[in-house]
Amino acid sequence: MDETRSEGMAPPSVELAVPGADEIVINMGPQHPSTHGVLRVKLRLDGERIDGSECIIGYLHRGVEKIAEHRSYQQFAPYVDRMDYVAAVSNGLGYCEAVEKLLGAEAPPRARVVRTILTELQRIASHLLWLGTHALDIGALTPIFYCLREREEILKIFEKYCGARLTTHAFRIGGLQYETYDGFEHDVKRFCDDFGTKVDEYEQLLTGNRIWVGRCKGVGVLTAKQAIALGVTGPPLRASGVKWDLRKAMPYAAYDRYDFIIPTGTNGDTYDRYLVRMEEMRQSRRICLQAVENIPTGPIMAKVGKVLKPPPGEVYHSIEAPKGEIGYYVVSDGTTQPYRVRVRPPSFINLQAFDTMVRGHLVADVVAIIGTLDIVLGEVDR
Amino acid sequence: MVKRFRDRFGEAVREAWLDRKQSILVVDAAKLRAVCEFARDSEKFDMLVDLTAVDWPKREKRFEVVLQLYSFAKNERLRVKAQVADGEPVPSVIFVWPAAGWLERECFDMFGIRFDGHPGLKRILLPDEWQGHPLRKDYDILQQDEAWVRENMGIESGQ
Repeated sequence: MDETRSEGMAPPSVELAVPGADEIVINMGPQHPSTHGVLRVKLRLDGERIDGSECIIGYLHRGVEKIAEHRSYQQFAPYVDRMDYVAAVSNGLGYCEAVEKLLGAEAPPRARVVRTILTELQRIASHLLWLGTHALDIGALTPIFYCLREREEILKIFEKYCGARLTTHAFRIGGLQYETYDGFEHDVKRFCDDFGTKVDEYEQLLTGNRIWVGRCKGVGVLTAKQAIALGVTGPPLRASGVKWDLRKAMPYAAYDRYDFIIPTGTNGDTYDRYLVRMEEMRQSRRICLQAVENIPTGPIMAKVGKVLKPPPGEVYHSIEAPKGEIGYYVVSDGTTQPYRVRVRPPSFINLQAFDTMVRGHLVADVVAIIGTLDIVLGEVDR
Repeated sequence: MVKRFRDRFGEAVREAWLDRKQSILVVDAAKLRAVCEFARDSEKFDMLVDLTAVDWPKREKRFEVVLQLYSFAKNERLRVKAQVADGEPVPSVIFVWPAAGWLERECFDMFGIRFDGHPGLKRILLPDEWQGHPLRKDYDILQQDEAWVRENMGIESGQ
């Protein structure tokens, strides 16, 4: 019955047992440059090998779900940007679409295409930041300069579109607040044209690099079965060989109109996750190019009214964020404030796989594994 | 599909309906683990996407534990709910889907719902010694564990 257990896969350890005579427990973080925020990890070591770990989180907990119950539907939208603050546009899209579903409204075609373009640009920006910092952690100093250079161009487009670079609040429930600015299509096209060769340039620095391969291959292996049992989504799931992407499985925004492929890996190790994310950047560029060629004209807001009062009921809606499936479970009691908003955070659930991935590896590999999970602590802790 | 659940569990499947085209199944809390095993093995819901709760203080059983399931084979979602009273334990589903480990801990942290059979049910986002469960409706938005704040942060009040 418990097939997951019989294959040697215990549920993720929740508490670190007292170490044996030959073992020691060391502590990493919460203030450690490789933890990308305030993650604290306790590692139980046998020699230099890790035979157990425990993540201690919550340092950035702000009670986002509690705040939601005390704001109107529109007022809560900017808060979701502050969870995964390097992919704010994706968070916003998930929330707006969830509330639209609850209302029974649908954004007009023009809004949906613009949403798709901005979300895909955000995916590239998020992956670029991941690539730069992940490479930096492993010891490759160069890529981050290139990555941040390209990311800057995307942030400039965001800034021109809505005035903000990080916590953008780009979308509204029902569509968009702002029309695209003059030259938006030109800017997106120019970025995509420039970016065309950039991924190949990063790959030249890393893909065949002996140190990179040595540090990534076979490190932090997650089989498809383990990944599904642990609820892992996003690039880590695809790198384990599961060809599953919500953009294809349950299309939202305007993804059903565009042609793109879902890259997958075979080994489920850090190296495959790297390759999957690199290919995803190329595919995102493809989607942007197709979308920007033909943005429909028409209104940008659906008629949803100024005061939102969704009929009582509940909805779960999720989208494919750069880090995995971000889901919103919104319960309405018929008033202007949500009765409950639950965020299904991909970083939180992917981080749970850390213990499975880290066992048997060396302390130095911990840095690679935290990097490859691509977590943002703002979203882990909410 | 609902019929298959009804055939197997009879009265334990309390209600089933569609809300905004999403299927919802309400089951007896005591049978939750058995229903989940059936959903995983026979109905191919191989991934636990999310586990959370909603507090309805006016109801006879105030908490509603909510599980979002997904089936890769069928590309389908299912929401399983169980109603529990304050202090009433819920069978843990950690051995059905290991993903429940942290999700149940968060649910315990935020609502104070106990999951029976969970090997390490303790707080996850808040400090271990914290008093109170913030996502309960009777926990005010400005409320904090002032004693904990004074002792550990060295300030008079968190507000």
